[in-house]
Amino acid sequence: MKTSRRDFMASAGAAAAAMHDLAHTQAPGHAHEHEHEHSTVPSDPALRVKSLESLLVEKGYVDPAALDMLIDTYEHKIGPRNGAQVVARAWMDAEFKKRLLADGTAAIGELGFGGRGGDYLQVVENTPKVHNLIVCTLCSCYPWAVLGLPPIWYKSAAYRSRAVIDPRGVLREFGLELPGDAEIRVHDSTAELRYMVLPERPAGSEKMSEEQLAALVTRDSMIGVAKVTLAKPEERKAGGRA
Amino acid sequence: MNGIHDMGGMQDMGPVEREKNEPVFHQRWEGRVFGMMWLASAGSKWSVDAMRNAIERIAPADYLRFSYYEKWFAALVDLVTSRGLVTRAEVESGKPAAGSAKATPVVNAAGVPAVIARGNPVKRDVPVAARFAVGQRVRGRNINPPTHTRLPRYARGKLGTIERDHGVFVFADSNAHFQGEKPQHLYTVRFAARELWGEQAPARDGVYVNLWDDHLEPA
Repeated sequence: MKTSRRDFMASAGAAAAAMHDLAHTQAPGHAHEHEHEHSTVPSDPALRVKSLESLLVEKGYVDPAALDMLIDTYEHKIGPRNGAQVVARAWMDAEFKKRLLADGTAAIGELGFGGRGGDYLQVVENTPKVHNLIVCTLCSCYPWAVLGLPPIWYKSAAYRSRAVIDPRGVLREFGLELPGDAEIRVHDSTAELRYMVLPERPAGSEKMSEEQLAALVTRDSMIGVAKVTLAKPEERKAGGRA
Repeated sequence: MNGIHDMGGMQDMGPVEREKNEPVFHQRWEGRVFGMMWLASAGSKWSVDAMRNAIERIAPADYLRFSYYEKWFAALVDLVTSRGLVTRAEVESGKPAAGSAKATPVVNAAGVPAVIARGNPVKRDVPVAARFAVGQRVRGRNINPPTHTRLPRYARGKLGTIERDHGVFVFADSNAHFQGEKPQHLYTVRFAARELWGEQAPARDGVYVNLWDDHLEPA
């Protein structure tokens, strides 16, 4: 029972090979037509997903317009610009910062952010002495409400495995060399709490407005793999979704 | 389960590869899988814990080979069939079986903002006593359940300190298997890096893990 369930999952996730097999077991009498069809339409998980979508829509489990809306929200509306606003506010407003560190969920809620992937938010502050880094070793937990959906590297085996045992090595790969006397706190997101790093405000930004400050804040600085600098961050070139 | 997903502390997985200006979804189908996983679960068909368990049940070699959303798709197919929304035959044909019932979607487009805002509330306002106090020394239990657990292997048998008590939360380990919420206190436990990884680790560094009462014992 267990094995067959696993095999079924393997065939669902696998791309080309599994699709081929499935087509043949389904329609053995039409092997030739299918052979041709599959050589020109390779391996497409897109086709399998489309097939499942139309099934779930036809059976009344998914509204395709809701699907469009959900995808659009995470592609265009919920992303690291949310978190950047939180950081800039904390840099400008000491009282807000105090509330933010005491109860991240409530303070972030003041800016209108929360909900899925941000039900229970904890903000951890980076200082010259303490450096916080966020990971999810077991899966891909990430503070969606403030940072949007995670980048591939955050979900990769390389990051998930090494962030806890060799955080300094990981940070070095990101170009961040921490002094030996700095304390590293790695936060493994093993429950529904979600972490966001409050990075250090860069020197030379004293006269900047809240909006200008928010524009400096990168996604990576809020995960804890980068510092905020006055240099124009590469990431910000990608539309509004740095 | 001591599965491949429990990666904390593994080595030799290679460098962390980053992509500049990465899109949210690389292919259109990835977004569809993301959305279907969420929308089809509406109406308590499965929890995020059950979803994680489904992903962890992908065979180890496939788990490493599949892209992120391929894993989600495999888990989605598993969930919609095991939860009885559709049959395997329907997945394979892509068509509803003749005469099968038609449901009404729980979430329509207008309802999406509310669903996002509602989030995934798993804190419970029930009077459950905390078994541990802030500052107390604890040990990650040496348990090896063949089922879903949020106690990573690297923290088992290790000494830590209760850093914070977050209150009473749904217990993921039982909830993932539809075996009840078993609400109990959730903590942040600090483990010194040296306790986890030995003398090679810097003396000041630490790993902070969210663990429930059932994951811990007094030290």
